[in-house]
Amino acid sequence: MKMNNLKYNNLSKFKNRIGRAFSYVFIVLVCLMMIFPVIWLLTAAFKDNTEIFSSMSLIPKSWDFGAFKKGWQSVNGLTYSNYFLNSFLLVIPTVILTVASSCLVAYGFARFHFKGKKILFAIMMGMLLLPEQVLIIPRYLLYNRLGWLDSYKPFIIPAGFATYPFFIYMMVQFFRGIPKELEEAAIIDGCNSAGVFLRVMIPLAKPSIISMALLQFVWRWNDFFSNMLYINSVEKYPVTLALRLSLDSTDLIIWNQVLAMTLCTIIPPVILYVIMQRYFVEGISTTGLKG
Amino acid sequence: MKHKRKSYNYQRSHVAYVYLIPWMIGLVVFQLYPFLYSLVLSFTDKSMLTGGRFIGLQNYVAIFKDPNFKKSLVATLAYVAITVPLKLGFALFIAVLCNQKLKGIGFYRTIVYLPSVLGGSAGVAILWRALFSGRGLVNSFLTKIGLKSVPWLGSPNMASFTIALLAVWQFGSSMVLFLAALKQIPRSYYEAAKMDGAGAVTCFFKITLPGISPIIQFNLIMQTINAFQEFAAPYLITGGGPLKSTYLYSMLLYDNAFSFMKMGYASALSWIFFLIIAVVTLIIFGTSKFWVFNENE
Repeated sequence: MKMNNLKYNNLSKFKNRIGRAFSYVFIVLVCLMMIFPVIWLLTAAFKDNTEIFSSMSLIPKSWDFGAFKKGWQSVNGLTYSNYFLNSFLLVIPTVILTVASSCLVAYGFARFHFKGKKILFAIMMGMLLLPEQVLIIPRYLLYNRLGWLDSYKPFIIPAGFATYPFFIYMMVQFFRGIPKELEEAAIIDGCNSAGVFLRVMIPLAKPSIISMALLQFVWRWNDFFSNMLYINSVEKYPVTLALRLSLDSTDLIIWNQVLAMTLCTIIPPVILYVIMQRYFVEGISTTGLKG
Repeated sequence: MKHKRKSYNYQRSHVAYVYLIPWMIGLVVFQLYPFLYSLVLSFTDKSMLTGGRFIGLQNYVAIFKDPNFKKSLVATLAYVAITVPLKLGFALFIAVLCNQKLKGIGFYRTIVYLPSVLGGSAGVAILWRALFSGRGLVNSFLTKIGLKSVPWLGSPNMASFTIALLAVWQFGSSMVLFLAALKQIPRSYYEAAKMDGAGAVTCFFKITLPGISPIIQFNLIMQTINAFQEFAAPYLITGGGPLKSTYLYSMLLYDNAFSFMKMGYASALSWIFFLIIAVVTLIIFGTSKFWVFNENE
């Protein structure tokens, strides 16, 4: 009996080791596949135009920063410095307001019982499933009437009114998971509702808040559709629209310049992700999004 | 007993409304009002500058005669049918892989998620064009290893797939949710199954899949809705071509509303779109009782 067990253990250990080896090979292959386009972009930006498509090599023959210098210049004397500034002016206030309003509303849903809670929560979830496309025409007409077109108001102001149901849902799930005793203790210590929210709940929610901010930053930074819809003048263009401009402005695409600028525009979200990523999985996991 | 356990804030419920006020305003102004107003507009001949005359069902009748409507509906359904299963399958596969205790797993996870950070940006669309164009990198590679080059974006059959591939590449958010769900399945389940002699495959189908079925459902619904609404990738990579094979519904909507200025007509298009998505979502919800297992129930 003992012998059998030992044998079984050895066999299963061996099996495990093979399984592990396979897992490593698999995951490395997948990683290579996933990262390859980005690595290629990274090096292609330094190649000259004939080399980009003719050579398979990931290492350019000579490292040439010319594409960055030339690509940075845009139409009407504008440069990508303008576009980057625009993107930040659009995205940062939107992210801050989204985080603030979503936390506030999520706490209201997660921790209170009130008349009509069920129906209001159902409406909120309904908005999560509502395709944006149904709303764009009336929204456009509304923003037009309010004089918000060609400004960043259509992005920033709605964010202050918790119009991103995904984030509300995410935070509701998180707040529900926090033991009530913590708040009760704070109340006994003389905290009022706002105090409990700001001093107890928000600090606990840090990983989730960081995840939300990261996701919203990335989504707004990359957003193309709404930018195209609401922003007309070139001097207000964020980077996504500027890239489009460099694709369309000439018949012959100067690939190394376009790719160099593409590389620049993906740097802010990537840096932010790399810095924040240790909170990221934790932030999503602790929301207990089990459905 | 239940009444006694009610905590402090349940008694002062009016405070809740203070927290909810911003959302309520946002809901009415930026969501419910536009939602209902687009229904109203769909029965009018509203254009950007003029109109707003009530014309009954004329828009809807015209839509069903519009050849572009059928084409883009077919293109969209094809796109969704390719994207969603591939993306979720891949996301689940990687999540299972990442759930193992491997060395440096954090690093792999970071890499695998990285493409999703690039999102549906113009930059990524440009990258895709460079990779998959006729004389692009992928084709140079294929010819180099002795295979035929593939018209990734040039043929109607392939273009939709190539665009879908971009979405599949960005499976990160689904993967992270799967991973979070996988971590919540108690280890003891697997140990018990092992004692009973169950293999890895049996464990996967009998424990893992049922255990994460609520999150599969959530991902399935969210990714389906997202895929239906894809705009930037086809717009920037193929412009809807070739032969309108990637002329997705949101492009049709955009063109009618903002290029042809037919806002009434486009509103009707958007409501048909909404109904299609709603039906698909309801079908997923409807079938869920057969395959989604909630522990609470």
